[in-house]
Amino acid sequence: MIEVKGVCFAYPTGVEALKEVSLEIRDGDFVAIMGSNGAGKTTLVKHFNGLLKPASGEVFVDGVSTRSVSTASLAREVGFVFQNPDHQLFCETVEEEVAYALKNFGFEEGIVKSRVTWALNLLGLTQYRQTSPFMLSGGERKRLALASVLAWDPQVVVLDEPTIGQDYEQKEKLRQFIVQLNAQGKTVVVVTHDVEFVADCGPRIVLMAEGKIVADGDAKEILTNKELTFKASIVPPQMTQIFVGLADFGLPTDVINVHEARRILLGFLKEEEKP
Amino acid sequence: MSVFEGFRFRHVHSPIHHLDPRVKFLYVLVVFGIAIAFLEVFPLVLLFLIQIPFVLLARVQREWIRSLKGALFLAILIFAVNLAFGYFGGTSPSSMFLWEYPLAMSLRFLVLVESFSIFFLTTSPDHLSLALEQSHVPYEFCFAFTTAIRFVPVLAEEAQTIMDAQKARGLELERGNFIKRVKNYVPILIPLIVSAIRRSLELAEAMESRAWGATQKRTNLYVLRLKSADYTLIIASLGMLVCSIYLRLYVAVPSLTMLLT
Repeated sequence: MIEVKGVCFAYPTGVEALKEVSLEIRDGDFVAIMGSNGAGKTTLVKHFNGLLKPASGEVFVDGVSTRSVSTASLAREVGFVFQNPDHQLFCETVEEEVAYALKNFGFEEGIVKSRVTWALNLLGLTQYRQTSPFMLSGGERKRLALASVLAWDPQVVVLDEPTIGQDYEQKEKLRQFIVQLNAQGKTVVVVTHDVEFVADCGPRIVLMAEGKIVADGDAKEILTNKELTFKASIVPPQMTQIFVGLADFGLPTDVINVHEARRILLGFLKEEEKP
Repeated sequence: MSVFEGFRFRHVHSPIHHLDPRVKFLYVLVVFGIAIAFLEVFPLVLLFLIQIPFVLLARVQREWIRSLKGALFLAILIFAVNLAFGYFGGTSPSSMFLWEYPLAMSLRFLVLVESFSIFFLTTSPDHLSLALEQSHVPYEFCFAFTTAIRFVPVLAEEAQTIMDAQKARGLELERGNFIKRVKNYVPILIPLIVSAIRRSLELAEAMESRAWGATQKRTNLYVLRLKSADYTLIIASLGMLVCSIYLRLYVAVPSLTMLLT
């Protein structure tokens, strides 16, 4: 469990990135942190594995204050996938790249091998085992970064802007993968601007603006709230916009994704067809 | 990364910022020359102190202190290495020279950091490019040089992000002996170099797409002209240089060894 209690944080440039932020993420939660650029989303999640330490307030991971332990030891529990995979890839082969963190954490050689195989298989990268990470496409590098984190099986997985630079197919695969990961009991935290992606996943949303949490709740409740979305500079999902436009036909306005929309529209059409 | 902050241009309206970059560079070269010429602690301390009014006039003291703080580790390392070489090289432990030489070397380094920090903190990359162009350096070189300077803070920020990314994968930079610690930086350096090369290729493509080099003879909107303050600094710098050469050649500069024995 991650507990954030009254955390304030300012960068050396003087920018106050977090102002009295409090949040609780329980084991097995699926949380999307949303908000405009500079709202403090990445700054907040960097506190989860101790990359940043709060100026005031406390962050606890499984009851342990992040001030008292190193990032390396917290990373064992909280895996962090950075926005740009190029910020972490450096090994000669894909296989070595995935094994790197496992070796840092002191896993035995046999376990390293089996975990690497498992992670590469999971992300569909087995055929690139001996390829240089720099020869992979953007989407493949992103998957490699994810594989290199999942390999050590952390309880919490934080993904910073996972959908950037992904084509539709990859994005859909990623969505299914994340949902599956969460269904297996992992705590998943996603930092994103991608409203459609969040609408399809349907997680709990933590909405941030100007270094503060302005809302925390169900995806449907938040994405269909005009005031909140405006405050956090995000646009409601396309489906919500369409259904708001169709409100005069007696259709609900709190629809956020295609599956829900199809179900409602089919019901509506059947009703219309009745004599 | 604080040391890089001390070399990043700060836009402030101050007499030092308005000086001609060529004149400021002449001043830096003079300070450089004097720092190299002396191996005694006193002239180096004096040289260090002389520059403080420049920092205060330029109102960049915070950034300047940051650059010195960042350089302090290297200064201590220089001191330690020179002390060790002096000690194991046969200099008597009771001799004051054993301490003065490493101290002077560290001070020399700090003076150089100080003067370059003042120069880069108060000179915008645009003015620097203009100064180089007006000194008849080919434009391609001027551009490459100023772009490199402009990208130092960007690279510093990127290095920090890469460090974070590797720490999040269990890397502990401060773990192990000296060799291991040096090796720990490989996961930082490779992504940083790859990223810098990628960035430079992207920049080259973006510039070529925007007609880089289409005109053979470039003109500039602004032209640098020397003002009275610039002439004053030229005279002061040359005066300092002449005095230092005279002192070096004809006056016995007191060393710590001479004063304390």
